[in-house]
Amino acid sequence: MTELEQRATQMRKDIVAMIAKAGSGHPGGSLSSVEIMMALYFGGVMNHDPANPDDPNRDRFILAKGHAAPVLYTTLAHAGYFAREELMTLRQLGSRLQGHPDSNLLPGVEVSTGSLGQGLSVAAGAASGLKLDQSEATVFTLLGDGECEEGQVWEAAMYAAHYGLDNLVAIVDRNGLQIDGKTEDVMDPSNLREKFKAFRWDVHEVDGHDVAALIDVLNKAKAAHTGKPQVVIARTVKGKGVSFMENQAGWHGKAPNDEQTKAALEELDAQ
Amino acid sequence: MKRADEAQAQVKRATRAAYGETLVHLAQEGMPVVAVDADLTGSTTTKKLADAGFENRLFNCGIAEQNMVDVAAGLAITGHIAFTGSFAVFGTGRAYDQIRNTVCYSNLNVKIAPTHAGISVGPDGGSHQMLEDISLMRGLPNMRVLVPADYAAAASALRMAAQTPGPVYVRMGRASVPAVYADGVELEIGKAYVLREGTDATIFACGVMVDQALQAAELLAAEGISAEVVDVFSIKPLDEETILGSLAKTGRAVIAEEHSVYGGLGSAVAELASEHAPAPLEFIGMRDRFGKSGEYLELMDYFKMDAAAIVEAVKRVIAR
Repeated sequence: MTELEQRATQMRKDIVAMIAKAGSGHPGGSLSSVEIMMALYFGGVMNHDPANPDDPNRDRFILAKGHAAPVLYTTLAHAGYFAREELMTLRQLGSRLQGHPDSNLLPGVEVSTGSLGQGLSVAAGAASGLKLDQSEATVFTLLGDGECEEGQVWEAAMYAAHYGLDNLVAIVDRNGLQIDGKTEDVMDPSNLREKFKAFRWDVHEVDGHDVAALIDVLNKAKAAHTGKPQVVIARTVKGKGVSFMENQAGWHGKAPNDEQTKAALEELDAQ
Repeated sequence: MKRADEAQAQVKRATRAAYGETLVHLAQEGMPVVAVDADLTGSTTTKKLADAGFENRLFNCGIAEQNMVDVAAGLAITGHIAFTGSFAVFGTGRAYDQIRNTVCYSNLNVKIAPTHAGISVGPDGGSHQMLEDISLMRGLPNMRVLVPADYAAAASALRMAAQTPGPVYVRMGRASVPAVYADGVELEIGKAYVLREGTDATIFACGVMVDQALQAAELLAAEGISAEVVDVFSIKPLDEETILGSLAKTGRAVIAEEHSVYGGLGSAVAELASEHAPAPLEFIGMRDRFGKSGEYLELMDYFKMDAAAIVEAVKRVIAR
């Protein structure tokens, strides 16, 4: 097992444990984006420094799908933005780890998110701001596939292409599920590739659980400089790594009970 | 605080006319201001930023107000002072969740500064006459709310907004209104201004209603009634000292605003008064209805929001 694979397992255990301790939260979409976050923060894709989270030259990351806060918190803790023990305070009164990310409380969180459809616009605005200042930094943002049902996503997609924001890399966690069921059944957001192409974006597709492939495609997108914004559609499995959560819409926003938590952690340990 | 003299008061200008001009001044002074608009750069006057050579500081989002507000948020988190445009009805209502959950919740350096607020928009009618924006913005934590009475006050409000970190709402209008203040006046966030001293009742007003209130005070004086006129330039934070001081003196008040009587200046003053100095109050504003097409002053008369209506309200509140 590689170091990155070991870290992926540990991150999944932290996600399950913190949500179990909190008694609520969103395991499905957190577990689906573990490798995406690892590629960004540990794979050398993003230029970031936990000791200097306000470095003006840093690459920015915006978690558009704010309900996946547990994977962001786990990533930041593993990266050294704060102590891992703090993960177990998730959703408690007085915690810096709010149910959805609060940028006024936690270092490494660029902007508060939680209301879907807004992150791509904020990321595009940040990309505009960095270009205006002739910064070399890149803005990354992670969207859900269900989130792409929000009209504002396409307002932002038009804007980013119009302004030629090639310093913007959006990643879509294409796990195929949303709260009410399969994305195709609830409100079909399919053909995302064609949609983004039609909006004049460069589109990449990747296995969202293959860290090496993710690092490769994200580095390519970051370096593309084609005058077009970049989107990486990452095919993922919601609930990945915990068999009873995998591909189950019911695990979008539900904490496991004690028995389920034990089973999940044992299964992850065995990986 | 310097008032307009008689000659200056004759010069009618819209509060929106201060928008682009002030942004240009701020940019020229070296402030990192940017404007984000939604296909209304001419109407809001943010286009002047581009005309003055700052075209890279103007971001036109097309007809997409939700994106506009969040693009401003992104510009703010990369160190810019971001002003949003559009009309008040779209710039607040269409993008309310963006203002709440991104701008205010993150406490970002975004200035929500739309134009064309209120019935003074005129012929465009009810769909475009925003009368609930003060209520919407006032309820948001971290947001300050400024309602300038004239061109000079608007220029000052925009400058104050740029100099004050965090979200600020600046409400501007389309109609040309007489000057209340001298050009270059410096008003402050958190301040109300006593424009005319009186003893029988106070008229608290904001925006275009300040001029109507001054006219009403003049009409009342002719009838031997002494009305104090206070421009509540800053609705949030509210200048409690000035407002309670005036109420202590007169004991009663009329609150006049080009806005719904629910949730705006009237509510703010009533909340303050009921807590600290209960007093008879009368409210001038829109009464649970939408506007309609018509000319500005015609509409002010039709909806009983002009000087004559204020005069009647002052008499009512004195009789209580």
